[in-house]
Amino acid sequence: MRRRRGTRQAWVGGGVLAVLLVAVFVAPWLAGVDPYATDLGVRLEPPSAAHPLGRDALGRDLLARLCLGGRVSLAVAACAVSLALALGVLVGAVAGWRGGWTDALLSRVIDVFLAFPGLLLAIALTAVLGPSLRHVVVALAALGWTGYARLTRAHVASAKHRDFVEAAGALGVGGVGIVRRHVLPGAAPLLLVQATFGLSAVIVAEASLSFLGLGAAPPTPSWGGMLDEGRLFMLVAPHAMLVPATALAVTVVALQTLGDGLRDLLDVPDRRQRWHVGQ
Amino acid sequence: MSVRRRLLLVLPTLAGITVLVFCFLHLVPGDPVEIMLGEGAAVADAATLRTALGLDRPFGEQLVHFLHGLVRGDLGHSIAFRSPVANVIAARYPATLELAAAALALAVVTGIPLGVLAATHRAGALDVVARTVSLLGVCFPSLWLAPVLVLVFSMYLGWLPVSGRGGLAHLVLPAVSLAVAMLGILVRLTRASVLGALGDAHVLAARARGAPEWLVVWRHAVPTALAPVVTLVGLQAGALLAGTVVTETVFAWPGIGRLLVQGIGARDYPLVQGCVLVIGITYVAVNLLTDLALALLDPRLRDDA
Repeated sequence: MRRRRGTRQAWVGGGVLAVLLVAVFVAPWLAGVDPYATDLGVRLEPPSAAHPLGRDALGRDLLARLCLGGRVSLAVAACAVSLALALGVLVGAVAGWRGGWTDALLSRVIDVFLAFPGLLLAIALTAVLGPSLRHVVVALAALGWTGYARLTRAHVASAKHRDFVEAAGALGVGGVGIVRRHVLPGAAPLLLVQATFGLSAVIVAEASLSFLGLGAAPPTPSWGGMLDEGRLFMLVAPHAMLVPATALAVTVVALQTLGDGLRDLLDVPDRRQRWHVGQ
Repeated sequence: MSVRRRLLLVLPTLAGITVLVFCFLHLVPGDPVEIMLGEGAAVADAATLRTALGLDRPFGEQLVHFLHGLVRGDLGHSIAFRSPVANVIAARYPATLELAAAALALAVVTGIPLGVLAATHRAGALDVVARTVSLLGVCFPSLWLAPVLVLVFSMYLGWLPVSGRGGLAHLVLPAVSLAVAMLGILVRLTRASVLGALGDAHVLAARARGAPEWLVVWRHAVPTALAPVVTLVGLQAGALLAGTVVTETVFAWPGIGRLLVQGIGARDYPLVQGCVLVIGITYVAVNLLTDLALALLDPRLRDDA
């Protein structure tokens, strides 16, 4: 049997991601190295057998911190994307289904959120609310929900007059039931692909916020924060910066590959419109 | 979408941005005055600042005052810089403009030809190069490309300055790190768009007339393929002009993005409000100009179809 286009990419991306998740969530538990234990005598020590990725500026084990930081970064990203997805689907479904004034109003609200480039909205929100992981999640969700809302709105609006929807209506199914059980499942592949790319954008965005000192408060590690800490010592100890940078790059590429693969597998048109870069 | 409708759509967006920025001070958990001055501030100082910010007046009156100031170009007074926010921003803006122009020029001059050549030499060596470049753009966000560039070119090789704004040498690294981040999607989109246009009827007709291949590509296929590319470049220009916070921070580039971060660090809320407002309006304006330019290029976009 011939494999469908995208299968290999999806497996490679998903596989790398699975390995990352195991490494980040299970490995530290097995190794038992304290990511917070400082030892100034061996600060910025290069990689060695006992500490495979070396130590940071306070003599903390970089591998242990990388894993813990990965947990923070990935958990924050997953929460932010879930929140954005929930909000986006809700707003998009209401706008698409109700049409008219409701649609016009909600679409303008989406426009306002889209009027802030890149990270600006997230930066402004975390600046106002104060740095904490919960606020980072809220800020990143505020940045990302519009994409899901637009997709859902377009899908619901186009499905509204299809035969299967009218049939369900004729059978006495209410509006909410029709949208939930008959219309939204059709948008699931689109949303899944968008959410995969969204996850990679949010990971970079979270790292950028932490990098700017607006994310996880020290000593909680996050990849962006570690990158910023390492940057100060990059001439004497480049590993302190290159380690979190590489972890970020690998995660982002894995998610992009998975997203590309899923898009081909599920036959979803390419419609990444927004330019999300942690500039 | 007709041009008039597109112009009208800008109004609610601008109004929304203004209201959002105004609500800023009211979103701060706790007392913004206390946060700005620190808890140990004298009562008299706090009262003075509260009056200066207008926080002692009713909400509606504050909004009117805020809008009245905006109309006159008054964005309030920066606490950290001890001068009007509008002046502080105006002093920083040329740096952002310079960096944005350099990065955009670099990305367009390399990205578009590479995308076109990748499409015409599909599956050839150039296509591989193009695909590698677009992957690089994805996995090297400026967030970590910028520090790595500094490490290699400023610290190890010592060719270029580490940070700051000055001559051309200071511009190279920040512009390159921004351009690489943009190149990825630019090359990918150009390639896909030109591939699509190469199958169009008018390109087929040009081929049938016996036009030489380079003329077919550059005179017939590329111009029709450029519409989505122009949109993308417009979006990117808007984002660049809005200040590139991370890159400006890494290179200590004195633009508006870094100003925003400084304002946040100093808890200078009027400055933060001013920066967000100016950045938002710039972005909306550039996107509007992009859409209008597209309507100029393609008559089909001028009226409601």
